[in-house]
Amino acid sequence: MTAPFRQQDLEETVRVDTRLTVPGMRCAGCIAKIERGLAEIEGIDAARVNFSAKRVAVRHSPGLDQGDLVEALRHLGFEAQALADNPLGTDDKESKALLRALAVAGFGMMNIMLLSVSVWSGAGGVTRDLFHWLSAIIALPVVAYSGRPFFASAWMALRYGRTNMDVPISIGVLLATGLSVYETIEGEGHAYFDSAVMLLFFLLAGRALDATMRTKTRAGIGALLSKMGKSARVLGHDGTTAQVDAADLQPGMVMIVASGNALAADGVVEKGRGSLDNSMLTGESDPERVAEGSVVHAGAIALSGPLEVRVTAASSDTVLAEIARLMDEAGQSRSRYTRIADRASSLYAPAVHSLALLAFIGWMVAGAGWYQSLVIAIAVLIITCPCAMGLAVPAAQVVTSGALIKRGLLVKDGSALERLAEIDIAIFDKTGTLTLGEPQADVSSLPEVERQVALALARTSRHPLSRSLSDALQHEGTRPAEVDDIVEVEGQGLAGTWQGVPVSLGRPVEETTGMSSLLRIGCEETMIAFADGLRADAGETLAKLAEQGISSRILSGDRKGPVEAVAQALDVEATAEAKPQDKLAMLESLRSQGLKVLMIGDGINDGPALAAAHASIAPGSASDVSQQAADAVFTGKALMPVALAVAHARRCMAIVRQNFGLAVVYNICAVPLALAGVVTPLIAAIAMSGSSLIVVGNSLRLARIRE
Amino acid sequence: MSGLLFLIPIALGLGLLGLAMFFWAMRDGQFDDLDGAAQRILIDDEDDDQ
Repeated sequence: MTAPFRQQDLEETVRVDTRLTVPGMRCAGCIAKIERGLAEIEGIDAARVNFSAKRVAVRHSPGLDQGDLVEALRHLGFEAQALADNPLGTDDKESKALLRALAVAGFGMMNIMLLSVSVWSGAGGVTRDLFHWLSAIIALPVVAYSGRPFFASAWMALRYGRTNMDVPISIGVLLATGLSVYETIEGEGHAYFDSAVMLLFFLLAGRALDATMRTKTRAGIGALLSKMGKSARVLGHDGTTAQVDAADLQPGMVMIVASGNALAADGVVEKGRGSLDNSMLTGESDPERVAEGSVVHAGAIALSGPLEVRVTAASSDTVLAEIARLMDEAGQSRSRYTRIADRASSLYAPAVHSLALLAFIGWMVAGAGWYQSLVIAIAVLIITCPCAMGLAVPAAQVVTSGALIKRGLLVKDGSALERLAEIDIAIFDKTGTLTLGEPQADVSSLPEVERQVALALARTSRHPLSRSLSDALQHEGTRPAEVDDIVEVEGQGLAGTWQGVPVSLGRPVEETTGMSSLLRIGCEETMIAFADGLRADAGETLAKLAEQGISSRILSGDRKGPVEAVAQALDVEATAEAKPQDKLAMLESLRSQGLKVLMIGDGINDGPALAAAHASIAPGSASDVSQQAADAVFTGKALMPVALAVAHARRCMAIVRQNFGLAVVYNICAVPLALAGVVTPLIAAIAMSGSSLIVVGNSLRLARIRE
Repeated sequence: MSGLLFLIPIALGLGLLGLAMFFWAMRDGQFDDLDGAAQRILIDDEDDDQ
């Protein structure tokens, strides 16, 4: 039996969860402001901030959509982007599984160590046997559970005929556990359960640190094609319209695009005039005017309309999809990069194995008997086991990325730091990277009356110039004048009446260089100029990079004029009007000269270059696609984090090399002892934890940041 | 010796209890936002009531 209910009841009870990423939150004040500000809005039940991931989870009624939430956050003073369906899910699971394994290993280690200490301090006979049995009961399930990440990875490597760091670890742990079980059953003197479990604990600590770093900073990366319109209103033959999914659009269909909509396919305008925001695609911040016959691309957002667009290419044939494909191919080359830990282990693992084998053979030849030879070989395996090696890289990288987050740079994973440390040339995109990417209104010379009228008009429009003008005026504390009957004439601008006088804000009659708006009050005319200003510290950043021996260049998809102006101001080489393919070709030619390129860019058109470069950084205002392709994302208006990132990555790698040095020194001291057969479980335990602690301590030095 | 027969199971039991509590806390999301927890104590909740 079904209970009867009305549609209204359903709407009242149904709640939707939306997750947004807000990179700009910095302090407790931001948390409070966001959570309270959102909760006050009609239709929102609750908002919960996750500060580590810079995310907000909002529970709201289905009446609100993502755009409304982003707009609400903009009013609170935060840039926000909707997050695609949990792109972090799998990573989250991995780091949680590692943490659980770490906790189990920690539990086992502590209890076995308690029992072992009693044995070392002289417990004998029945008590010792009892303690060994107890250790075995604890250690076997712990090794089985906590060792899985290593066993699985070692098995994978062996199946494909390779070795990695996990192979000696797995062999060491399994042999030590097996031998200890044998000794326990036979009632012999030595058991190595403590060493085996402690080894797992320290190595898992390294793995967990590594995973934590990746999950913590990968937040805010949306799905690739989320910027493309998901559906379109299509005009049928009989004049009716129907909503069609982007995937079902066919060339020849006519889409009706209202202002504010994103285009779902490439096409040609058949009817209507308007302007498009193409900045996501080309990086060009000036809105593009379109009329009948103009070619338009998926991903562009209509600022005014409506337009009738005949589809020429849909779904996987669009320019946007083509860029996505280029990016995918470009990214392949980078995934072949071998991380420093893997390179170290490919040298280390065979050395350790041969050493242990030699120890076994040597003692056999010396006539020690197979049992004692095996014990010594295992001691060699365990004591050389890369405890400190396993921690050397993640510990340094976690500390560095933590320090960089405080400076406004999110590094996505450890290999990004390794690659950042190696670069020797930096290539910048212009719009949105060297510049702020949004037109800044110059209101300094505007008289007070004009300001008030301009604000009253500008705040009613969604046009980027109007938005920028009203932001600039509000920032200066201007109060809007009382303007009535405001209408927005598409392609022309805004008009209204103020104290009986007709006023308007719109495009200047004659074409001028650069962006500008014309404000008319009665018959008085005032020009308001807009400029896409350089980031304040752009010059300083390039100087700092040069100091580190990194030359800079500009590679932009923009027109020649503005690019050359910026290049002249910063005194660097520049290339303008480059298509995504041209950018890739340039990277390829630099690579063939043996240079390692750092790419810094923000538009969708930079995506392939970002994916192909040796290392890449995108600003927080960049498109989802670019943020996803880049290794690191910087938030805020300063460009300096780019130079800092390189400096810190280099320091991080210096510390990593020191850590490896320390681990090698430790092995040089410990291995002869093990080979000589004098390593007791106590010595092994002390040596192992000592070396790990030294490595962690050394890495913590990175937390102190020098400017 | 007979004391150990009681004490060791008790020690292990306490350890297991701690482990179980950690698992529970992790499943409950206590470790999802460590930085946020550090910041949240600075928020004045009193403001809400006014």
